[in-house]
Amino acid sequence: MLSNITMGQYYPVDSKVHRLDPRIKLILTIVFIVAVFLAKTFVGYVILFLFVYGVSRLANVPFKMLLRGLKPLRLILILTFLLNLFFTTGETVWVEFWIIKITKEGFLQALFYSLRLAFLVVGTSLLTLTTSPVALSDGIEMLLSPLKKIHFPAHELAMMMTIALRFIPTLLEETDKIMKAQMARGADFESGNLVSRAKAMVPLLVPLFVSAFRRAGDLAMAMESRCYHGGEGRTRLRVLKLTRNDGIACLVMLLLLALIILEKTLL
Amino acid sequence: MSIEAVHLTHCYSEGSAFRTVALDDVSFRIDEGEFVGIIGHTGSGKSTLVQHLNGLLKPSSGQVLIDGEDLNGEHVNRRALRQRIGLVFQYPEYQLFEETVAKDIAFGPKNQGLSADEINVRVHYAMDCVHLDYEKYADRSPFELSGGQMRRVAIAGVLAMRPSFLILDEPTAGLDPKGRDRILSILEDLHSGEHVTMLMVSHSMDDMARLATRLIVMSEGKIVAQGTPREIFAQVDMMTSIGLDVPDAARLCRLLKDKGYDIPADLYRPDELKAYLLSLWKEARSC
Repeated sequence: MLSNITMGQYYPVDSKVHRLDPRIKLILTIVFIVAVFLAKTFVGYVILFLFVYGVSRLANVPFKMLLRGLKPLRLILILTFLLNLFFTTGETVWVEFWIIKITKEGFLQALFYSLRLAFLVVGTSLLTLTTSPVALSDGIEMLLSPLKKIHFPAHELAMMMTIALRFIPTLLEETDKIMKAQMARGADFESGNLVSRAKAMVPLLVPLFVSAFRRAGDLAMAMESRCYHGGEGRTRLRVLKLTRNDGIACLVMLLLLALIILEKTLL
Repeated sequence: MSIEAVHLTHCYSEGSAFRTVALDDVSFRIDEGEFVGIIGHTGSGKSTLVQHLNGLLKPSSGQVLIDGEDLNGEHVNRRALRQRIGLVFQYPEYQLFEETVAKDIAFGPKNQGLSADEINVRVHYAMDCVHLDYEKYADRSPFELSGGQMRRVAIAGVLAMRPSFLILDEPTAGLDPKGRDRILSILEDLHSGEHVTMLMVSHSMDDMARLATRLIVMSEGKIVAQGTPREIFAQVDMMTSIGLDVPDAARLCRLLKDKGYDIPADLYRPDELKAYLLSLWKEARSC
């Protein structure tokens, strides 16, 4: 029932991209976002597309999976396109009808902005598709750790993130189970007006909260009985180490950035 | 009523990298008045199977027939059917939500649209079935009861709909011996006294030995054996090969046979083994 919801959408295959250091991947994703904003021509976008396509091939992630990340955003994409199309003023008028005026400049800008949005989403979903949630929060912790000097709780934040991510599937499963159990008792979650539907959620939410609190209590107890006391002096199971591939990845990204900038000044 | 599964197959996450086959061409039939036990290792597809039997899961292929009618047919009122086929999930106490025990048990009958009087009768009946005193427990919060009592409240919540077919998924999991014994005797009474047709999933072979009239053995989504407990538990080697135990009495019987004692291979109840061993002993003494 809820099994088709993929949260965090990690795509568990092995590849060179998957094995990259999560810190590097995080930084490279930020650089990629900068590159997307710097691209000002269609040639730039073609380069970006080739890059994204290449990375997805290298990562063994089907390109379809990447495009699926755009699905929840389709409304925003369409809205961006339409707003830019109708409200950009320009010289070359294509269609003029009542108060609607479509110009060539408007069309180009609309295409540009929606493509930019699409690239931002696809680029970042490359990160989440190829990096497991645990590795990702490890990377975030390491990147934020300089802030520990000003008493920023980087480790605690990363731990909270890890736990939250870890429990999303568990709670989804639990919700599914409780829902089915109440349906077996004749509960109806699908029909009725808003009020009766909200009321129908009570038999679902109460057990869910009870079990979430029970799980939280159990987890805290288990962590404490293993002497967990926060980040200080804690060593890691997986020590993040930079490899040659990380260097290559950085070079490729720099190349992309250079291409985008050069292409802008040359053309 | 009878339930029949015909070439039932179920895949999770069809069409993605996570695709797993949970049920693979499963066929069986359960007739009125039976007490069928499904045994199998964790992940053998037992829980997936029982969720098909009242329409909570739809098969990828194959059919579930209730009295010969397809459960997933177009004109079937599945909500009404679910009330005739009661399903008690694993750890059912985690689904309690009401302020009082009586209100929680009344949830099912209320969804059936019964009158307040009838609901009251049903709640009394259900609490009586699970040996909970109405006066003492009806107005207490279900969250302040013991684990075993909570489980009994949850079972009562299903019984209050007066199902003619009851499916239980691991009803004794995580209970102490006393709580376990209590649940089993409740189920025994329901089967013999109320003539409810039962289907129980468990990996406690001793529970099965005590209650089931027929057993279905599952492994990796397939049915590997069906038969009376006597037939199944005599096949100690087959059971061990798929990682299952046999009841203690059957194992003892097997060990004695391996040691060279002349003993029938198909004893599996503690009382019959005891009687047999006593008769052997008496015979030996009288010689």
